[in-house]
Amino acid sequence: MLASFAVLLTQAGQEAHAGTSTFVPFLPGWVILLPLLGFVANGVLALIHGRTSADAVRAGGELELSPAGSRPLTHTLPTWIGPGVVLLAFLIVLVNFTRMLGVELHEPVIRTYWTWIDTGAFRADAALQLDQLSMVMMLIVTGVSFLIHVFSIGYMGDDPGYARYFSYLNLFVFFMLVLVMAASFPLMFVGWEGVGLCSYLLIGFWFSDREKSDAGKKAFIVNRIGDFGFLIAMFLLFAAFGTLDFTTVFAQAPERLAYGGTIITAVTLFLLLGATGKSAQIPLYVWLPDAMAGPTPVSALIHAATMVTAGVYMVARSSVLFALSPVGSVAVAGIGALTALFAATIALAQYDIKKVLAYSTVSQLGYMFLGVGAGAYAAGIFHLMTHAFFKALLFLGSGAVIHSMHHALHHTHKDWDAQDMRNMGGLKKFLPLTWVTMWVATLAISGIWPFAGFFSKDEIIWSAGAAAVGPFAGLYRLYWILALAAALLTAFYMTRLMVMTFHGGNRTGREEARHLHEAPRTMTVPLAALAILSVFGGWINVPDRIRESFLGGGGTLPMSGWLHHWLEPVTAAAHEIQLSHVGPVAEQAPFGGGEVLWGAISTLLALGVVVIAVMVVKGWKLVPATEAGEPESGLRKILYHKWYVDELYDRVVVRPLVRASRICWKVIDSAVIDGLVNATGYLARGVGWFGSLFQTGTVNTYAFILTLGVLVILGVVAF
Amino acid sequence: MVEILFYVFAAVAVGGAFGVVLSRSPVGSLLAMVATLASLAVIFILLEAHFLAAVQVIVYAGAIMVLFLFVIMLLNLGHDYRRDVKGGVFALISFGVAGGIAGALIRQLRGGAALDAFTSPAAQAIDAAQAEQGVVGAFAQPLFTTYVVPFEITGILLLVAIVGAIVLAKRHAV
Amino acid sequence: MITSSLILSAILFVLGTFGVLVRRNAIIIFLCIELQLNAVNVAFVALSRLVGIDGQIFVFFVMTVAAAEAAVGLAIIISIFRHYETVDVDNFNLLKW
Repeated sequence: MLASFAVLLTQAGQEAHAGTSTFVPFLPGWVILLPLLGFVANGVLALIHGRTSADAVRAGGELELSPAGSRPLTHTLPTWIGPGVVLLAFLIVLVNFTRMLGVELHEPVIRTYWTWIDTGAFRADAALQLDQLSMVMMLIVTGVSFLIHVFSIGYMGDDPGYARYFSYLNLFVFFMLVLVMAASFPLMFVGWEGVGLCSYLLIGFWFSDREKSDAGKKAFIVNRIGDFGFLIAMFLLFAAFGTLDFTTVFAQAPERLAYGGTIITAVTLFLLLGATGKSAQIPLYVWLPDAMAGPTPVSALIHAATMVTAGVYMVARSSVLFALSPVGSVAVAGIGALTALFAATIALAQYDIKKVLAYSTVSQLGYMFLGVGAGAYAAGIFHLMTHAFFKALLFLGSGAVIHSMHHALHHTHKDWDAQDMRNMGGLKKFLPLTWVTMWVATLAISGIWPFAGFFSKDEIIWSAGAAAVGPFAGLYRLYWILALAAALLTAFYMTRLMVMTFHGGNRTGREEARHLHEAPRTMTVPLAALAILSVFGGWINVPDRIRESFLGGGGTLPMSGWLHHWLEPVTAAAHEIQLSHVGPVAEQAPFGGGEVLWGAISTLLALGVVVIAVMVVKGWKLVPATEAGEPESGLRKILYHKWYVDELYDRVVVRPLVRASRICWKVIDSAVIDGLVNATGYLARGVGWFGSLFQTGTVNTYAFILTLGVLVILGVVAF
Repeated sequence: MVEILFYVFAAVAVGGAFGVVLSRSPVGSLLAMVATLASLAVIFILLEAHFLAAVQVIVYAGAIMVLFLFVIMLLNLGHDYRRDVKGGVFALISFGVAGGIAGALIRQLRGGAALDAFTSPAAQAIDAAQAEQGVVGAFAQPLFTTYVVPFEITGILLLVAIVGAIVLAKRHAV
Repeated sequence: MITSSLILSAILFVLGTFGVLVRRNAIIIFLCIELQLNAVNVAFVALSRLVGIDGQIFVFFVMTVAAAEAAVGLAIIISIFRHYETVDVDNFNLLKW
């Protein structure tokens, strides 16, 4: 079957070569449509499952939260439909990719399907844009999400909401694809909002638990604040351009908007606000750690590989706008660098394995922002790609660990937290494949040569230093330092995670240890696939200088600067603007030294930190979570409590809002408005009561009124 | 002379009217009414409407009042436990209102020398007709020529009234 | 004399109105209405001295109609009396809200 697919692919790819040298898209609409159909189909199955469960309860039975596996309809079908539609979408994307490879595409290809909004002044079409940048994103989204779908078959197999899970996951893929394939800001915003919605649905997947549903709400609400920024930016753009299509806006931007002017600065800053919400940067990152309440594959897909990268994609897509605004760019880079360091510090003191990974994600997203803020858009996308590989791998690996721990603790009915690393230890015996693949990912994320993370992270750090020319040179130098520091911290906390989880003695308990075992094949195969990508994935975008040097094997290893060249048509306009206004980037790092030198320095430092960390962490006396308790004092306590940011937000933002809402409710709504409305009612009653006094039923009264009237008329006539 | 008679009988009429309104027993009211009607008949005569005076006495005082009397007798009224006349604030206000109407009317009606011409051309025409055809003839002449249609209709009206009265007052079969 | 008659008519009419307003016995209310009609008759007759014989003809008709009205009205009162055992208008309050 795979062979026939391969044949199909090459055939479809060759169709492009046959005669034309233009890129003819292959069923682009189906890429988006397939996951949507998957959502509908799985949703129907989920509703059926829900109804039969409800019927069973109504018929007097207990709430049947039995594993969905007992019903073929609600288990087998979603298993095939869920991952299946994503696989098909991925294959179609592959065909388009091979077609695009053979063609020198300079302008994006836009497929318009129908007119979505058409008022007098404003027009937006339902149009998809296919160019190099969107192709990269599509590949990442469909590819990684397919692997995660497969992983979920094993991970969520016992969950009664199995069909619902896959329907939400498919819906997410649909919206994410809309986001990356949109040809205009409004359509991108549709995808933007949609992934926020799916994030809410999936984080609060086990909604019967109050904490988890609260986490979902938090994610959605914080995202919304960012969305406000995005909207304002759109309004400003519309005011300036009269349209919101990407091609038109980006083509006209250099002429219409003054370099560094107020409008473009405002636009980019508001776009940045939107990005901080979606991509969990300072100040709107607070939802991401809480989002770990959702199932681990969800964390892997949405909060590592795809949704959170939407902000980075958006900045890369709007590269022209950011290049026109040096203030906006330096703000993006600044927030990125700051967040990278800030989140890394918090990750040092977390004990929940998923929380560590969550803060790690925030930190790595900071790197991506630093990259695109420094003008190295291709570098940012490159890190997005490699991060998708190793972070998804880390999350899925942790998912395998948690799955195993759950199983073991369930057997003996021990009430421990399956996600707390203090309850783990020595798991390499029991989960060897997971252990190996997660070490691969750890080395990748720490930036150790020759794994994927080294090349991407190194390029970003280098770009930050290289951007230290022009007006904000000092700031970029600072960012360069922050990024280096964060890299070292990254190596430390990731190693700490690995050692606490997999090395040393097992703290779970003797009884439980007997039930710890490796994950099923549906879960381990995706791990292996991602591990391979984490090793070799970085080799597709190595800058020439490094490739020629010893770090690239003197040119012998099959490395290339492919991604850079591939994305050139998209980023060229932005680079031109930078060149003409600021000048070329620096050739040397801020304190001297070339690219190769600093690459070697950073990887050696990272390796050193890993080794030191192994020794240090092994030397710690670790006890299970119930005995350990929280850190009591000092820096450790502050880091453990995440620099008390959540508490700060609660006091400064949330409580005043709640108080204001209460006033609106109790005073304005209940007393004033309801009072007014009730008063009109009372008034009507009063008038009616007064009128009723005249209805005595006796003739005399009526005659009196008559006579009174006669008198009045006479009076009027006589006088 | 005529003036004096007029004022005397006007006084009687007003007195009778007061009696109608203020008398405590129904029969008393009725008798006062008869007195008023009789005085009005005299006033009609003083106003040279002789036929009408006769009709007034015969029909009004003679028949209608007797009808009223029969009904009062039939219903055995006059033994109510409550005062028949409403007292209190309401009566005062009603009196005020009524007085106000009276004042307004009198104010309007008092005026103009034209209203004092007892012997106007129209009056002289009536007198001439009365002299020529007799009192009844002067009245009957326009009644049966110009106003014959209303006359006939009035007849039908009376028929309908008779039938209606009988139907209404009949004791319905159980 | 015409003016005096008109003033007399006004007074009688107002007295009749007052009686309608103040009396409780239905039959007496009726009687007061008859008083009002008579007052109007006086006015007509007085004015016929200015206008012509038509005034008196009109009075004739008024009297006839008054008779008919009295007959029917009293019949109604009798039938009401059969139901309520009284002719006190305060009891006839079916029109009360």
